[in-house]
Amino acid sequence: MNLGPHADFIVAAYAVTLFVVAALIAWVLLDYSAQRRILGDLEERGVTRRSRRKG
Amino acid sequence: MAVIDLANPTRFLRIVDRVLPWLIGATVFLLAVGLYRALNAPDDYQQGATVKIMFLHVPAAWFGMFGWALMSVAALGTLVWRHPLADVSGKAVAPIGAAFTFICLVTGSLWGRPTWGTYWVWDARLTSMLVLLLLYLGVLALYWTAEEPGRGARAAAILSLVGAVNLPIIKFSVDWWNTLHQPASVFRIGGSTIDPSLLTPLLIMGLAFTLLFVTLHLAVMRNEILRRRIRSMRLMQAQEVHA
Repeated sequence: MNLGPHADFIVAAYAVTLFVVAALIAWVLLDYSAQRRILGDLEERGVTRRSRRKG
Repeated sequence: MAVIDLANPTRFLRIVDRVLPWLIGATVFLLAVGLYRALNAPDDYQQGATVKIMFLHVPAAWFGMFGWALMSVAALGTLVWRHPLADVSGKAVAPIGAAFTFICLVTGSLWGRPTWGTYWVWDARLTSMLVLLLLYLGVLALYWTAEEPGRGARAAAILSLVGAVNLPIIKFSVDWWNTLHQPASVFRIGGSTIDPSLLTPLLIMGLAFTLLFVTLHLAVMRNEILRRRIRSMRLMQAQEVHA
């Protein structure tokens, strides 16, 4: 694949896009695991939501 | 199942858990096909290989704008119908829309230098797209800095509705004002002006970005629902301690 005389611009555009999308995915995954962990800790300590309480 | 059933966050989470793996698989597949077709597409007769930037720039622009349109609909849901998932959806879409708008601006700038001879010019299309990014940052700031989440959500919803005025300005800026940016060439009356050898990979990338957007949106909504559950559990815990 020959990207011609402006290869730097093309590579930079793809690299920036890859970086931004990867950062977004990493943030989503890290946030998900953090929320699950906190939720698990709270449930382990016996804290429940109002809708889960009986009586 | 009625659409209204999705208003229940617990049911929504169950559905998201079920569909997310399939969406991730489909997104990865379509991105792989789209990138393969994009990188192997023929050069443009005028722009040469730099036309390959179009396959990222154009879908990013579509979803930068679509994100704001979705946020405006969610804002109506928050302010008018008080739908339980409307604010979750609006808050979830803001960072994704901002990221796509940022990608659009940076790739556009990198495309502009070899084709127009400049990275940036203060014309209507580029400036209105920059305004869109600044509006996204404003909404994120309202969500992230509000002491009371409900107040932040209402302020963000109002800004979302006001900012929707910018969407037709972006879309028609190339028709209303003189600009370096080319006019609409994909979705236009009379059909696309792009050769099928370039249009097909562009549409595949558009579909891949659609799936990427939907996948990220659902995943961020799931995180936000969990975050709100944690907040309400902590509030209940605090109330019990003080009772």
